[in-house]
Amino acid sequence: MWDSLSVMTIKQLFSSYPYAADFFSSLPNLEQSEESSVGAYFAAIEEDTLQDLGIGRQEFLEQFLSFMLQMEKLKEDKVKIESITIIGGKDKQGKAEDIELTIHAGEIVCIVGPTGSGKSRLLADIEWVAQQDTPTNRKILINGQLPDMRCRFSVEHKLVAQLSQNMNFIMDLSVEEFVSMHAESRMLENIEEVTSHIIAKANELAGEQFNPDTPVTSLSGGQSRALMIADTAYLSSSPIVLIDEIENAGIDRQNALRLLIDKQKIVLMATHDPILALMGDKRIVIKNGGISKVILTSEKERGNLILLTAIDRKMLAIREVLRSGGHIDEIPMALEEII
Amino acid sequence: MQLITVAGPPSAGKTSVMLKIIETLQEETLRVGVIKFDCLSTQDQILYQKKGIEAKIGLSGNLCPDHFFVSNVQDCLLWSQKNNLDMLITESAGLCNRCSPHIRDVMAVCVIDNLSGVNTPRKVGPMLKLADIVIITKGDIVSQAEREVFAFRVKQANPSAIIVHVNGITGQGAREVGQLFKGAQSVDSLTDYHLRFSMPAATCSYCLGQTRIGQNFQMGNVRKMDLS
Repeated sequence: MWDSLSVMTIKQLFSSYPYAADFFSSLPNLEQSEESSVGAYFAAIEEDTLQDLGIGRQEFLEQFLSFMLQMEKLKEDKVKIESITIIGGKDKQGKAEDIELTIHAGEIVCIVGPTGSGKSRLLADIEWVAQQDTPTNRKILINGQLPDMRCRFSVEHKLVAQLSQNMNFIMDLSVEEFVSMHAESRMLENIEEVTSHIIAKANELAGEQFNPDTPVTSLSGGQSRALMIADTAYLSSSPIVLIDEIENAGIDRQNALRLLIDKQKIVLMATHDPILALMGDKRIVIKNGGISKVILTSEKERGNLILLTAIDRKMLAIREVLRSGGHIDEIPMALEEII
Repeated sequence: MQLITVAGPPSAGKTSVMLKIIETLQEETLRVGVIKFDCLSTQDQILYQKKGIEAKIGLSGNLCPDHFFVSNVQDCLLWSQKNNLDMLITESAGLCNRCSPHIRDVMAVCVIDNLSGVNTPRKVGPMLKLADIVIITKGDIVSQAEREVFAFRVKQANPSAIIVHVNGITGQGAREVGQLFKGAQSVDSLTDYHLRFSMPAATCSYCLGQTRIGQNFQMGNVRKMDLS
C-alpha cells in the first residue's frame, strides 16, 4: 500500500481519499506541500515536530498506513444481519433456560422483568455475541450461524446501538452540523441529503418543531429523543437497537418504533409501559437472571392496544388541560366512558 | 506476573472501570493488585482495598508524575511479586496529554470519556495513540450518535487499537475487557525494557524551583512561542 500512496502528491491523495485530510489536519506545512509526494512529505517532517506530536517516525508511518487501511474498511459492505438467535443458558440458580429464540430484522421484542432480574445481562450477552463464555452460558448466533468473532471489538461492526432515558446531547453544535458530522463519520457521500431527511423525519416524530440551526443542546426532551431515534434509524451502523423506555412526552412513540423497523433494525426494548409492550411482536420475561418465558402478543392483546392508546390520548389531553391552567374536575367521567 | 499500564485524563473514570474489571477477574480467583500514581493526594486506595484488592499509592508531589512513574515501576513489579499477585495494574493520569507510561511489550490501556468531547482524541498524545486497548467511558449519558462519532475519532487517532465501551457504574463491558487483560504479557523484570515513547523534557530554571517571571530567570530548555 505504501508503494502506491507514497508516490501520490498530497493533493492527489486528498482527492482520491478525502478522509485522509483528517490524518494530516494537525500536521505542519500542509499547504506548501500540496504538490510534493506523500513519501517526500513524511521524510521532510522534522524530528522536533515528531517529538511534539508524541510519536516516532516509523510508528508514524505505520499509523498512517493503518489509518488508511482501517478507513477503507469502513466503506466495505457489511454482512447483512437478518436474524439473531438466542440459545438459552442458565439462570442465577443454575436452572437451564429451555429456549431458542430467533429475532428477525424489522421485529420488535420487549423485555420485561423487575430491576436486577437480568435484563441488562441479556442485552450484554447479545452485544458480546456470547459463546457460552459469560455467566449465563448463553450462545448467540447471527443469521443462524456462528459469527465472525472479530465483531466483538470492531467499531464499524458494532452490533448494538443503545438509546436510554438519561442520554443527552453534549456537543455545542446545531442540529444540522451535528447530523452531518455523524454522516461524515459513516463515510457517506450524500451528506446534505441524508441530513435534511433525518431532520425532517425527527420533526415528524417530535410534538414541537425545531430548525436545522437549533443548537442540539437547546432541544426539548421530546425533540432530543425524536432526533436520536431518526438519527439512529438512518445513520447508526448497528443492526440492533436497544431501547430503555421511550418516555411518553413530546414524541410520537408508535411512529418512532415504526421508523426503526422500516429500516430493518432489530428492536429490543426494555419497558413496562403496556402500550409499548403490546406494540412488540413478542416479549421476553426475565426472572432470576434467566429467560423464564417468551409471550407472543395475541390478537386479543393487540385489540386492547387500541383501547390503551385511547386511554393514553385521554391522559395526554388531561395533561394539556393542566398545563394550560384549566380545571380537571370533569375528566374522570370522560375516562370512565372509554373503559 | 502479568503487567498492564493504564493511563487516561483525570476524571475519565479509570478507577471505577478498573474496579469493575478487577471484580470480574477476582471471580476467576486471580490475584490482582493496583498501584495508583497521582500528584497531590488520592483516596482511591481505600476504594480498591474495600474490594479486597492489594493497592499502593505513589504520590509524585513536585516531580513530573510520569517521570516519577518510570523511576518506580520496576520496584512496583517487585512489590507485586513479593505479594504473590497474578497481575499488576498501574494507573496514572497523563496530565498534559503528552505523557505516556506505556512500555514496549507490556499491555497498554488508555481510558478516555465521551464527555471530554469529540475533538479530544486528536489532542491526546502517545497515551492514546500508542495504546493497545482504548476504553471509552460515560457512554450512558451521551447520545448514540455522539458515541459513534467519538469512537470513530478514537479509531482515527489509533487505528490499530481495540476499542471497547465500559460503563463504570453498571460494569457493562467490564467482563469483556477482563478477558482481554488475561492475555497480557508476563514480565519478570522491567530492566532494559523501553518506554513506547520518550517523555516530554523540561530541564529549565523552573524545574529547579525558580518562581520569578522574566527573561533573566529563564535558563536551560526554554522554547519561545511564535506570536508574529
